[in-house]
Amino acid sequence: MNDAVEVKTLIIDEQEVSARRGQTILEVARENGIQIPTLCSLDGLSSVGACRMCLVEIKGSNKLLPACVATVYEGMEVTTNSERLQKYRRNILELLFAERNHICSVCVSNGHCELQTLGQQHGLTHVRLPYRNPDLHVDASHERFTVDHNRCVLCTRCVRVCAEIEGAHIWDVKGRGIDSIVITDLNQPWGESACTRCGKCVQVCPTGALFDKSKVGADHPKYPDFLPFLNMMREAQ
Amino acid sequence: MNIEELEQIAESVRLENSRYDFEVNVCMDLACMSQGSDRLRDELVKAAEASGKKVLVRRTGCMGPCSSGPLVRVDPEETLYHHVKAGDAEAIVSSLGGDPVPALQCDLNEHFDKQVRVVLENAGHIDPEKIDDYIARDGYKALLTALTEMTPNGVVHRITESGLRGRGGGGYPTGLKWGTVAKAGGDLKYVVCNGDEGDPGAFMDRSVMEGDPHRIIEGMAIAAYGVGASKGFIYVRAEYPIAVSRLTTALREARRRGLLGNGICGTTFNFDVEIRLGAGAFVCGEETALLASIEGRRGTPRPRPPYPAVSGLWGKPTLINNVETYANVAPIVRNGGKWFFNMGSERSKGTKVFALTGRITHTGLIEVPLGIKLWEIIDVIGGGVPGGHTLKAVQTGGPSGGCIPAEMLGLGVSYDALMAAGSIMGSGGMIVMDDTSCMVNVARFFIEFCMTESCGKCIPCRAGTAQMYTLLTRICEGQGTMDDLDLLVELCDTVKNASLCGLGQTAPNPVLSTLKYFRNEYIEHIVHKRCPAGVCNIQAPVEVLA
Repeated sequence: MNDAVEVKTLIIDEQEVSARRGQTILEVARENGIQIPTLCSLDGLSSVGACRMCLVEIKGSNKLLPACVATVYEGMEVTTNSERLQKYRRNILELLFAERNHICSVCVSNGHCELQTLGQQHGLTHVRLPYRNPDLHVDASHERFTVDHNRCVLCTRCVRVCAEIEGAHIWDVKGRGIDSIVITDLNQPWGESACTRCGKCVQVCPTGALFDKSKVGADHPKYPDFLPFLNMMREAQ
Repeated sequence: MNIEELEQIAESVRLENSRYDFEVNVCMDLACMSQGSDRLRDELVKAAEASGKKVLVRRTGCMGPCSSGPLVRVDPEETLYHHVKAGDAEAIVSSLGGDPVPALQCDLNEHFDKQVRVVLENAGHIDPEKIDDYIARDGYKALLTALTEMTPNGVVHRITESGLRGRGGGGYPTGLKWGTVAKAGGDLKYVVCNGDEGDPGAFMDRSVMEGDPHRIIEGMAIAAYGVGASKGFIYVRAEYPIAVSRLTTALREARRRGLLGNGICGTTFNFDVEIRLGAGAFVCGEETALLASIEGRRGTPRPRPPYPAVSGLWGKPTLINNVETYANVAPIVRNGGKWFFNMGSERSKGTKVFALTGRITHTGLIEVPLGIKLWEIIDVIGGGVPGGHTLKAVQTGGPSGGCIPAEMLGLGVSYDALMAAGSIMGSGGMIVMDDTSCMVNVARFFIEFCMTESCGKCIPCRAGTAQMYTLLTRICEGQGTMDDLDLLVELCDTVKNASLCGLGQTAPNPVLSTLKYFRNEYIEHIVHKRCPAGVCNIQAPVEVLA
């Protein structure tokens, strides 16, 4: 293996592919039409490897690696969709559905929700785990947006987009473990925070946790695709 | 500062000590302090002055058998007194030169005979707040030898040769880690000491930091020289105030003696250390979380690679080792790698400090050569299970470890043997359980610990441990079903393999190991609705009257 060689060749799901040095497995897979499910990862944001949906198997290693952060190397052999991985992905989704109060039928994002889509793709027909039914609040103090913690999956896309793209860093995570929650400023109501009202966090939120008040009762698709474009334009300047 | 000056300091300490006929060492470790050993020392000083005898009363670090504290050892006779109260001071002082006080004397020869002290060689013999005491026991000799007679590569080679493995729990070869950091490019590198000891029932690192802080500083300085670092951090949890204060004193004294700072010992080597306090998060013992915490960010782990050796603090190559690992460095440099390599078992070299707790006669700190049989630790050093109870299991490795059943006491304690038995070496907590412990409840305790200490970043650990806790609670309350048990096993598999960091990946171990060795206890709870140990409060089903 010679790192000086800029182009790497590797095998993903028995398909020979080429990649540039430093590319992640996820990028290379997508370029070659191989779909790896993701939740916390979003094109245009830094990757944190937190949701574990994109875990893949690497031949010769018994450790599973998150495709969104693991970079390619020459001769790597990746399996993205084994039975074992599918089981873990279903279990992770099940854990998410049982963690908070995800009720699609009353959610603004019904039909446009990444969690819902993942559930459907993975054939999640029911949840075996006991529902935790936590008592979480809804913060509607902001004039334009609302955060409903019941629907949050703690992907931290809002935290990252606010800090990395908008540069305001009003979102962060409070508490730890199962009691973690996203907060604005130092746990002040969103409406009283230093929010710039840009709405990027709402657009990148994969579920109905963050939504636009004007869209309640209407179709509320989100458009996170502005991010890579924005990054590209900024770099061009 | 050079070797001759070091020798002069040692000589002056010896001269000073020779002015006394007796040395009364008082353990002032946290455990003995909490039982009033600080007042005891004051009383001893007063009594010594009143008696007119030439007595040196010395504060020391942990002597070992904490359950017998407060401990006092009178030298040169090496008479050990246990459970000493402040009121006993006069009796001890007046007995000096005559027969010892029989009521306070304790015979712990069996306890000490099997032990080999490398890391704890100074604990109980020096005043942790006096650098000269440490120097008098060959302290900082290894650092000066390394700086003046060895190349950085030579230092790394000596550590590699010793076979030392990381004492924080993972058992990664220390020399290999040092070599990786040494090879990493860049002018600025860091050395970090992980003192965020958080396992329930573990207090090895605290005792080393409280009893012999200079040993850690010396180890870090040698490491920094070996890997080419110029700045060090000791990350200590804020719950260890005595350790923090003694380390602070030690750092000040080392700087005053020119053993830290710029141009150490007239060489071009610069190194200084800062202390950073943890705010009470267990996960900050995980190296990437710890580094994030030092940087002032939220203490959450990040995926590796890149490893800290390549990209650590502020993106710079960083060497991170546990307290006990650094504590082993100076003796290895002093005595040679072969000396260390000859101790221990085949793939686990040297000694290991364990915190022996639970249902055992002598709870406290022990240091044993690796490869020692588990029964020797429990029955001989620990003095067995008290109160006529029988041993059920030994829990090692804290919440990341597992329970080893009594039948496996013939096991030699090493990284690999413990791993094969479904547990881990861990940082050195060893909790002894007897027939009054319910293994399901024990598993629930550790899962609850992991649940509350999970950082919440990755889903398997955050939600998985919470669900496992719910299922285990159901089983403990007699509400569980065999389906719950299957679900529990499946969750264990997911959490173990899909979690981001070591905390989540090892969190299921207490459940898996108790399921492996004590499955019948789970079945009793689920099928027969009874707890064999009588710990779980299972309510008999209430008959509903129509």
